[in-house]
Amino acid sequence: MPDSQMTTSQATTGSVTTMEHEAHNPALLHHFSDAQQQKNAASLGMWLFLVTEIMFFGGMFCAYLVYRLAHFNAFAAASQQLSIKMGAFNTAVLIVSSVTVVLAVKAAEVGKRKLLVGYLVVTVLLGLTFLVVKGFEYNEKFERHHVPGATFKFTDTFDDNGKQIPVNPKEAELFFSIYFVMTGMHALHMIIGCGLFSVLAILSWKGHYTPGYFTPIENAGLYWHLVDIIWIYLFPLLYLISRHS
Amino acid sequence: MVEQQHEVEGDLTVEHEHTTHSQGFYLAIGAALLVLTATTVAAAFVNLGPFNPVIALLIATIKATLVIIFFMHVKGASEKLTGAIVVSGFFFLAILIALSLADYMTRSWR
Repeated sequence: MPDSQMTTSQATTGSVTTMEHEAHNPALLHHFSDAQQQKNAASLGMWLFLVTEIMFFGGMFCAYLVYRLAHFNAFAAASQQLSIKMGAFNTAVLIVSSVTVVLAVKAAEVGKRKLLVGYLVVTVLLGLTFLVVKGFEYNEKFERHHVPGATFKFTDTFDDNGKQIPVNPKEAELFFSIYFVMTGMHALHMIIGCGLFSVLAILSWKGHYTPGYFTPIENAGLYWHLVDIIWIYLFPLLYLISRHS
Repeated sequence: MVEQQHEVEGDLTVEHEHTTHSQGFYLAIGAALLVLTATTVAAAFVNLGPFNPVIALLIATIKATLVIIFFMHVKGASEKLTGAIVVSGFFFLAILIALSLADYMTRSWR
């Protein structure tokens, strides 16, 4: 008799636990006390990752600054060969994509599923537009032999108030090496971001995200904005600041 | 007692949730970023001597600040720890660049 009572009480406790589990947000993991704590932890981890990204690109920005100071004439002459039109167009594309990302987060917050998917898809398309324009730019570099390596050629001169000063092609090659590493790394981040948002668009379509839980959308958005910020600095440093000296 | 505390925290959560701004606000920030892009491109074609890089980097920093504050919701991230990590990230970046340039820019002084 006591045995059967025991079993009954255990079963009751068990079913209550199950009910509680169903009642709370299924996206809330058991080791967090509430949704806000879980969100803060995810956000903290994301910002930590973004800080490592800042340091990663920071090292390259530092290398660019040091070599620009050391080989100023060649860097200016090489920088003037980049297409400001394409660079400015891509900057605008990235800014618009940042707006669509932030609108996607807003759509997720108010639970508009189709709008969320729409903004995510537009973001991916804008990211791909950026990459295609970048591809045309790289193609132009190949055609003009501005890609570092055995076939590298650089005959342009540094314009010092009308006086044409020849530059060392080796130093110009250094500029293009840094240009390809920095824009290439940035493009790699764009490709990863496009993949990320494609997956999130599919999961959003399936209804994985609710106004109570859309942290992956927010964190992918933070990543995309950081990639945007890196381009915001790459564009003036590589394309703009050496038009006059 | 513990349960009650949870309830209170729950209420705070609801208030914290709406860290986003209105759609029109985001579009306005986006428009401001596009105008600043046009400005920096236009400024690149004007000969300002040594101030060309200064203006370009100043505009880039304004744009980056707009993105960080209004798109990345740095203020909405209620955790002070998150703020400390973001600030420390930029602090170490500043050390990296300042000390490196302090070295390379003064080598010719000998």
